[in-house]
Amino acid sequence: MNDIRSYFGPGHGACPGCGFPIAVKITLETLEGKAFVVNSTGCLEIVSSMYGRNVWAVPYIHSLFENAGAVAGGIDAALKALGRKNEGHVVVFAGDGATADIGIGTLSGMFDRNHDVLYICYDNEAYQNTGNQQSGLTPPGASTTTTPVGDLLPGKMGRKKDMIGIAVAHGIPYVASASIAFPNDLRRKVKRAIEFEGAKYLHVHAPCVTGWGIDGKLTVEVARLAVETGLYPLVEYENGRLVRVMKLKKRKPVEEYLKIQRRFRHLFKHPLGEKIIKELQQIADENVKRYGLEDEG
Amino acid sequence: MGKVKIYLGASSPAKTSEMKTGDWGTEWAKVDEDKCIACGRCITFCPEPCIEYVEKNDKKVARVDTDYCKGCWICFTVCPVDAIKMETKEIYKLEVC
Repeated sequence: MNDIRSYFGPGHGACPGCGFPIAVKITLETLEGKAFVVNSTGCLEIVSSMYGRNVWAVPYIHSLFENAGAVAGGIDAALKALGRKNEGHVVVFAGDGATADIGIGTLSGMFDRNHDVLYICYDNEAYQNTGNQQSGLTPPGASTTTTPVGDLLPGKMGRKKDMIGIAVAHGIPYVASASIAFPNDLRRKVKRAIEFEGAKYLHVHAPCVTGWGIDGKLTVEVARLAVETGLYPLVEYENGRLVRVMKLKKRKPVEEYLKIQRRFRHLFKHPLGEKIIKELQQIADENVKRYGLEDEG
Repeated sequence: MGKVKIYLGASSPAKTSEMKTGDWGTEWAKVDEDKCIACGRCITFCPEPCIEYVEKNDKKVARVDTDYCKGCWICFTVCPVDAIKMETKEIYKLEVC
């Protein structure tokens, strides 16, 4: 075990400017490497576990796309059965497709059995590994290869799945959303999460440079704008109760977030674009109202 | 019974250093060591991570490892004192007449 500089990287194959390595690195640093990492199929698996070029300096398992929750639950049960305590936390890193679409069955089962697992979903809002296909967490209006923009359709129709709500509905002890633009907040949330015994869910917003059509240097800026416009609220639930939110001092209009991304640029020309922008603004307003993101008066 | 060969599902650890990603981009980040205030923002945000603290003249400064820097400009944008510059690599410097 020589030549390890950090628990994740350097030398992985993620695109320049990719968002999720920041989240993975910060999480493993916060846990001080005491982690058993379960990873479902996705960008993270592809860039980090190439044959002979393993990036992880922690125990790591990749099984299938759909069963990260079940595998993590199994590891937790095995650790308990063998009486191995305080060796590390079982941590799942899964993409948004693996969490909200393909793996939601095993994820729900894991929540139901309340295994002592920290489940981290890095949300890049589409199946970016295979080249930007729509997932359940793609926001409305986004152009993807399965929801292409044409004369009739202005990108994805429908809404982004509310994974925070789904996780809270399972009655697990800790649910939170974080963003790579606020690393101190993410660090605190990981620290807080591992204080709880039981299933924990952390949703981390991580921009994708190729899928979203942004310049690598804008990654942090775009992630920050998503929070500042109210489209991606940073909230924290403990035992089913909303305990903390990140207040927005001066909320920005959603256009500021949309106009710097290629996947949304058609909204400013398409006949239905204005309606979608209004819908997105409405979603942001709803978030502000629902979580109380702005101080009254 | 002969010997059974067991293939492990995972690759051996600590092999990350074999993949030098420093030749990916056209630019490298370079820290101006006089301006650097060692706040650690670039270290936090570097997705590689390929920036670390070094001691220089009794001062702690950040230094970029060009073996792995992909030139993504994230450190450039998050630096609060503009101490990071992006330098074009020698092979990409073309003379246009």
